[in-house]
Amino acid sequence: MARLNLEVVTPEKIVVSEDIDTMVAPGSLGEFGILEGHAPFLTGIIPGELRYSLNDKAQYISVTSGFAEISNDKISVLVDAAEMSHEIDAERAAAARDRAQQRLADKSKKEDIDFLRAEIALKRALMRIKVSEKKV
Amino acid sequence: MPTLNDIQRQISAVKKTRQITRAMNMVAASKLRGAQTRMEGFKPYAMKFREVLGNLASRIEPDIHPLLVKREEVSKIALLHFTSDRGLCGSFNSNLINKGKSFIKSMKNESKVTNLTIVGKKGNDYFKKRDYEITESHIQIYDQVDISFINQMTKGFIDRYLANEVDEVYMMYSSFINMGKQIPTLAKLVPVEPPKTKEDPSASGSAEYLYEPDPGDLLIELLPKHISVQILNAFLQNETSEHAARMASMDNASKNCNDLIDSLTLIFNKARQAAITADLMDIVGGAEALKKA
Repeated sequence: MARLNLEVVTPEKIVVSEDIDTMVAPGSLGEFGILEGHAPFLTGIIPGELRYSLNDKAQYISVTSGFAEISNDKISVLVDAAEMSHEIDAERAAAARDRAQQRLADKSKKEDIDFLRAEIALKRALMRIKVSEKKV
Repeated sequence: MPTLNDIQRQISAVKKTRQITRAMNMVAASKLRGAQTRMEGFKPYAMKFREVLGNLASRIEPDIHPLLVKREEVSKIALLHFTSDRGLCGSFNSNLINKGKSFIKSMKNESKVTNLTIVGKKGNDYFKKRDYEITESHIQIYDQVDISFINQMTKGFIDRYLANEVDEVYMMYSSFINMGKQIPTLAKLVPVEPPKTKEDPSASGSAEYLYEPDPGDLLIELLPKHISVQILNAFLQNETSEHAARMASMDNASKNCNDLIDSLTLIFNKARQAAITADLMDIVGGAEALKKA
């Protein structure tokens, strides 16, 4: 069985640190997968869903922007925030989604910086909801 | 000559003060634990980040990004100055402010103007009253600092740098060495000096990296993050230092209260004894007088 070491680190804590078989992550040029023996690799990470599996058991993490480094079968993912799917508070994410949608519906503020932020917040909320539905 | 009652009152006043300083000591201790945990939690991220950036920077030309280029003529400087929001933490704030002041002065001697960005109420109070240029003040923000706040701050500095409003950015914070030692530290933020990798780049050159997107674009993403990481580190260190300093100074204050109570008790006992002796003399004197009569 292939063995990779995955570490997902945020400024607050180490979210994941374990041995895995495969990982798929949202890179800045598109989703990429990592298997054992990958060449040294450095890439940006965009907000999205990161999944990894061990013995065919998949785990899902919602990540925000950051970057990942792969070298010598060691994966380091450094992101601003990351949550395991079972840690996500789906209710709160849904509330955030509704709030963002409401703000976006108010078109009068379209030029406002808040608009952009609401859009980002909406994306983030949707992503978290999506990941949280994949509870294992 | 204070009466017995006066001394008694003084003793109880000092005891009440001791109660307060003891409570503050305990509050600081528990806050310190929180801050220290956050600082420890941040360490792996910061270390890994440093490693990756150093790795990347050693492989590319240093003048690829404007944030890396040193300006030949420096006339305007931005200083991110940390202080605490509350006092009663010994010389914590005055140490920081003194070091900040001497930095600004030395810059002035080289005819460089310093603009201050202040974190903490104490620093704001001090610099506002005097003749300093303050761009921004952040007060009471220690408990709401998160990565998005820091990113915003970083963006502000980078924008000002790219718009030629400032030529260099520094920060002044108290770095946490241990419980008894916190040192005011000056660090340069912009232009960025990439961390040096410990290993020789030619030795690790055998592991040729794949970059996605190319190294230049990655660097554009990583450099602002690097500044954010440093600022966040300063925030956490400063907060931890503040609580450690307060704990130490409150511990000291409690000890001083104990000393004061001891010496006051001694005075009280002496006065009590003197009063008893005086009373006895009166009684004996009175009795003698009656006998003679």
